[in-house]
Amino acid sequence: MVDDKTKLELYRLMTLGRAVEDKLFSLYRQGRLLGAIYLGRGQEATEIGAAAALKDGDTLAPTHRDLIAQIAHGIDIHRIFMNHFGRADGPTRGRDGNTHAGDMSKGILYNISMLPDGYPVSTGIALSFKLRKQPQVAMAYCGEGATSRGDWHEALNFASIKQLPVVFIVINNKFAYSSPNETEMVIESVTARAPGYAMKSATVDGNDVIAVHEAATEAVERARGGGGPTLIEAKTMRMLGHAGHDPADYVPEELLKEWEEKDPIKAYKQRLLDESVLDEAKIAAIDEEHKAAVEEAATMAEAAPLPDGSEVSDGVYH
Amino acid sequence: MASTTNEEVTFLDAINQALREELDRDQDVFILGEDVAGYGGAFKVTKGLLDDYGPERVIDMPLAEAAIFGSAIGAALMGMRPVAEAQYADFLACGFDYIVNEAAKYHYRSGHPVPVVFRAPSGAGVRGGPFHSASPEAWFAHVPGLKVVVPGTPTDAKGLLKSAIRDDNPVVFLEHKYLYRHEKEVLPEGEYTIPLGKAEIKRQGTDLSIVTYGAMLRRSLDAADKLAERGHSVEVIDLRTIYPWDSEMILESVEKTSRALLVQEDVRTLGIMSEVGAVIADEGFESLDAPVGRVTAPDSPVPFSPPLEDAFIPSVERIVEAAEKTLAF
Ligand SMILES: Cc1ncc(C[n+]2csc(CCOP(=O)(O)OP(=O)(O)O)c2C)c(N)n1
Ligand SMILES: [Mg+2]
Repeated sequence: MVDDKTKLELYRLMTLGRAVEDKLFSLYRQGRLLGAIYLGRGQEATEIGAAAALKDGDTLAPTHRDLIAQIAHGIDIHRIFMNHFGRADGPTRGRDGNTHAGDMSKGILYNISMLPDGYPVSTGIALSFKLRKQPQVAMAYCGEGATSRGDWHEALNFASIKQLPVVFIVINNKFAYSSPNETEMVIESVTARAPGYAMKSATVDGNDVIAVHEAATEAVERARGGGGPTLIEAKTMRMLGHAGHDPADYVPEELLKEWEEKDPIKAYKQRLLDESVLDEAKIAAIDEEHKAAVEEAATMAEAAPLPDGSEVSDGVYH
Repeated sequence: MASTTNEEVTFLDAINQALREELDRDQDVFILGEDVAGYGGAFKVTKGLLDDYGPERVIDMPLAEAAIFGSAIGAALMGMRPVAEAQYADFLACGFDYIVNEAAKYHYRSGHPVPVVFRAPSGAGVRGGPFHSASPEAWFAHVPGLKVVVPGTPTDAKGLLKSAIRDDNPVVFLEHKYLYRHEKEVLPEGEYTIPLGKAEIKRQGTDLSIVTYGAMLRRSLDAADKLAERGHSVEVIDLRTIYPWDSEMILESVEKTSRALLVQEDVRTLGIMSEVGAVIADEGFESLDAPVGRVTAPDSPVPFSPPLEDAFIPSVERIVEAAEKTLAF
């Protein structure tokens, strides 16, 4: 059972995630951001619901799409804006851009483009927890597209052999770039593969933050208790293009309409209103708080200095 | 579908034309890669091909590089001529094994041809950061059994890709993504191919030979213009094929000019120009009046932030400066 305090926190995190991404997208469209932008609009329930099941000391391996999950695991949103702006004092010091950053002090890995590299790497993190007898858990995210790679299967197999404390989250948002599910696999659900690795699994409604959070919490606590890995597939929809430049006209209008109705924040807000966990005044206050925080972080990042070209080869080695 | 007008064609469209012409010419040619069919590829290189050739000849693949490259090799072993696309050259690494072990060593062991092409957008300059900007030609040039092509002009891209598809060996064909929409020219009329393994003198000169390839061709030509204003006659040679490369033409040029400057976008250590420089030192030593110069990126990943990326990629100014040093020696 998710208590009211947690319910409220999940709402706060989901709305902060959306506020951050909305700001990034608006900066991108004004030509003020450098490089690419990958947004998780429509996926907030999964991004937040799963990662919020982690505790301090646990690790999170996000992909390009999972900026919002980083927020659930405690990333300071200044880092997000600094990285998108390519600034000298950002988390990659301008070496990398967009969502390709993290915070090692918080256990948020610096993800790379190659998918799903966070899977085998998280398996190794979990191995280190096990070898050192530390009660920590590794969580890795990826999209359904990335599950086609051998690396994905290798990670599941090894995690299962060693019963490692790792939780694998697959966000099935119906598309991998322009490719719909049917061109990627013939199964209905990615979890159909779990029995091949004798792995526990769950398929959940990815737009229901409580359902995701409950499934993830169970998996995380099982892993922490020595019960081995879990595969969770969350079914949702990528509501924007693959990246900022992509108008995604290959996505049928009706599909978008259908999923707009199921917007995870809208539905959850109503639920919390009905349950009297939230009221209109609180909603407005949270919105205001996010707006101020996001504006402050974006303004600060835009004003921050770029790195100097003379530093180009600094930091390649320790 | 050879071009017959005197309209300018982009580097990207030149590649699209080459693919169309080869799909028309040979039923064994087909295309496979991520998002190459309906979407026309991440850069739209294969745009329109699905409509004209159908889903059996333009195949969307799952996100699975081993399946893409491995399947392409399998079909090639059966005599087909697949053209496999990596969405970015950086992702060649995700199916590296198939290219460097399976494809590269097959003929040496069996005597059996492997007529496959691995196409990929390479290179920096588009704020792509460390995972979308690779210039991996040296990874592959180092593997005997592979041919490696990096064209610098639309004309060359088209003619070389056609040759690569017809070649009976595995060819890694790297298309510098900055050139896709920045380079345009009127293509030769009618059908043509350009042989693999032949460099081309893109500008004649007598005082210095600049040897380069890919996106550094344009910058080297711009540098040669600037140097001409200062009274230096600079020859610019485009390698075009990285392996097997045309040492003969380079040595002839150096014999004429007595000075060589080697320009590559890739990092310095063990890049293509390390080999070119070694061969000039070995076989052209007698012709040289100055040490062989090199302009390269520093030994670092390709950075994202503009001041860093701009410092990473050799600039026209850096080429001019290095050329003046070599000329003054
Ligand atoms: C190994 C690899 N190949 C290709 C790409 C290029 N690419 C980036 S995202 C993407 C689609 C990913 O789809 P999915 O895994 O479903 O994640 P989503 O983008 O939907 O979140 C592709 C093909 C990549 N990042 N990694
Ligand atoms: Mg997806």
